[in-house]
Amino acid sequence: MEKFTTLTGQIAYLKLSNIDTDMIIPKQYLKTIKRTGLGKFLFAEMRYDQTGEVINDFILNQQPNTKILLAGENFGCGSSREHAPWALLDFGIKAIIAPGFADIFYNNCFKNGILPIKLSQAAIQTLILYSTLTINLGEQSVKGKEHTFYFAIDEHRKTVLLNGLDDIEKVLEYKSTIAAFEKKHFEKCPWLIGGKK
Amino acid sequence: MAKTLYDKIWDDHVVHSFDDGTSLLYIDRHMVHEVTSPQAFEGLELAKRKLHRPKSILATADHNVPTLHRHKGIDDSESKIQVETLGENCRKNSLKYFGIHDKRQGIVHIIGPEQGFTLPGTTMVCGDSHTSTHGAFGSLAFGIGTSEIEQVFATQTLIMKKSKNMRIWVDGTLAQGGVTSKDLILYIIARIGIAGGTGHVIEFAGPAIRNLTMEARMSICNMSIEAGARAGLIAPDETTFNYLDGRPMAPSGKLWDLAKTYWKTLYSDEASYFDEEIKLHADNIVPHVTWGTNPEMGGPVSDCVPDPASILNLDGKPDLVKQASVARALEYMGLSPGMPLEGIKIDQVFIGSCTNSRIEDLRSAASIVKGRKVAASVKRALVVPGSGLVKEEAEQEGLDKIFKEAGFEWREPGCSMCLAMNADRLEPGEHCATTSNRNFEGRQGRGGRSHLMSPLMAAAAAITGHIIDVRKMI
Repeated sequence: MEKFTTLTGQIAYLKLSNIDTDMIIPKQYLKTIKRTGLGKFLFAEMRYDQTGEVINDFILNQQPNTKILLAGENFGCGSSREHAPWALLDFGIKAIIAPGFADIFYNNCFKNGILPIKLSQAAIQTLILYSTLTINLGEQSVKGKEHTFYFAIDEHRKTVLLNGLDDIEKVLEYKSTIAAFEKKHFEKCPWLIGGKK
Repeated sequence: MAKTLYDKIWDDHVVHSFDDGTSLLYIDRHMVHEVTSPQAFEGLELAKRKLHRPKSILATADHNVPTLHRHKGIDDSESKIQVETLGENCRKNSLKYFGIHDKRQGIVHIIGPEQGFTLPGTTMVCGDSHTSTHGAFGSLAFGIGTSEIEQVFATQTLIMKKSKNMRIWVDGTLAQGGVTSKDLILYIIARIGIAGGTGHVIEFAGPAIRNLTMEARMSICNMSIEAGARAGLIAPDETTFNYLDGRPMAPSGKLWDLAKTYWKTLYSDEASYFDEEIKLHADNIVPHVTWGTNPEMGGPVSDCVPDPASILNLDGKPDLVKQASVARALEYMGLSPGMPLEGIKIDQVFIGSCTNSRIEDLRSAASIVKGRKVAASVKRALVVPGSGLVKEEAEQEGLDKIFKEAGFEWREPGCSMCLAMNADRLEPGEHCATTSNRNFEGRQGRGGRSHLMSPLMAAAAAITGHIIDVRKMI
């Protein structure tokens, strides 16, 4: 996974709460067996009309170079599809700023080097006055020309992004701890060993 | 120290606690389907890693499978590749797989419990948000993304931070004749909102929950995710044990007795701490239906479509954010403020999904449909059983005939029009009475308008051609 340290880029604001994963990537694009190439389908039903024509006034059509997305409450609610962060990343969006995120989506972002930032509605209303913002993960800051806002993030998640770590690699170092746990666990719950007849 | 049910299951699965407050959590059970798994299998292969415990996995194809003419195979080439890829990955890794011609095939969240694969006190994951369904058994079950699927494949663990504890206590009893657990969960979501449970695991408890069957409990836990919760939980009891006893993958003999002794310790201790507690009463709950574009936008069927301008926050001031989202929802749904919900015309009816496609759901819908006809104005009414075994049981009871004689289509099992990945979908502008779990914009087809409700209510809508309080038909 690519490291995330700082990011400066164009912003886009979607003035909507509860942007769900069906909106981010409609299900007809989930038939792929690959992780790549989903950027052109990001927000497909808002970007293209029924005949497939581009809807010009949709913000991501006006600003195809957007790197930072700002939005309303509860971003990413709905399904667990990781196709949602894959589509965002493939489009070029590497950070999302919202007052709140749905748990599974939030988690999925970190697995793909996307930084989801929780900031208040008031902070967001100020940040959208800028066209470009700079994010510094080390400092936990989002800067416009005159404003700086600081955000909170779990230490573990910060480390993973800053270093571009792979959770699986980290966990495989605990192989013997896992094996010891399994021995104890299956002694206590032997019906789980096979689990099947 | 007094512990909640969630605390107990969590503590029993912590492999290691990291200094940063996260834990390495052991995963007992893993369900796999065709849409969210191929990239995880590929990732594993590219990194030359092996599956840690193949026996912890049960796989089936459900999201993307046709519900018609299945013997002819899959027409859609992309869907076909995806389903074949799952079969191939299962074969290569010697995984238990119910393919589309196996009568045990069905929606992951239907077949896990049906097979006794879902067990109390286990941790369970699946690349699907409705994994919360299995919480009805006192299993800590939650949806994960594809990267985490790969991590569970490789390590049988996840790095997690513990969620907060929430309890929703429901006193009283649901009214007989027309009110179901679907109405209860829609009522709860309308009360606490679709982000009301974010960051929490919700335990559902109280007399009204105790009185429910396992199938009714599953519909409630299934929709915990629609309240934003990481998982839903219900403490296992005799109802749970009776349901599991004798299922193909459930323990038997001495192991059954041993398991049951452990399962009986799985409840929230009297003095345990909940970060948030909500008390509700079931007695006055009536049939519910949604009018908007997320599951909290709904209310009693006797209500009218709300006026966005009248939406206030808890301080009694206009809630501008909510007002805007309701206004957008009403425009999408083609509804105007003040319109009674009863009377909204229905174009399609969908009885199915991991929320409501079990045998009890089909029986209750059939009880309304029996001897009646689907309204001529309804373009299509579908019944999609949750699994091949549910379908078989329904056919043995003659339910298929009741539905078909009334003008319903009787389909093969799968997710179908709940997410409309296959050919079953709404046309733009069509209103659908649906027993599924999400009414997001475009969820059941671009421009489609979904009204969530119980199987009883959906059956009543099919017969009359519009939303109606099913109690008038019982």
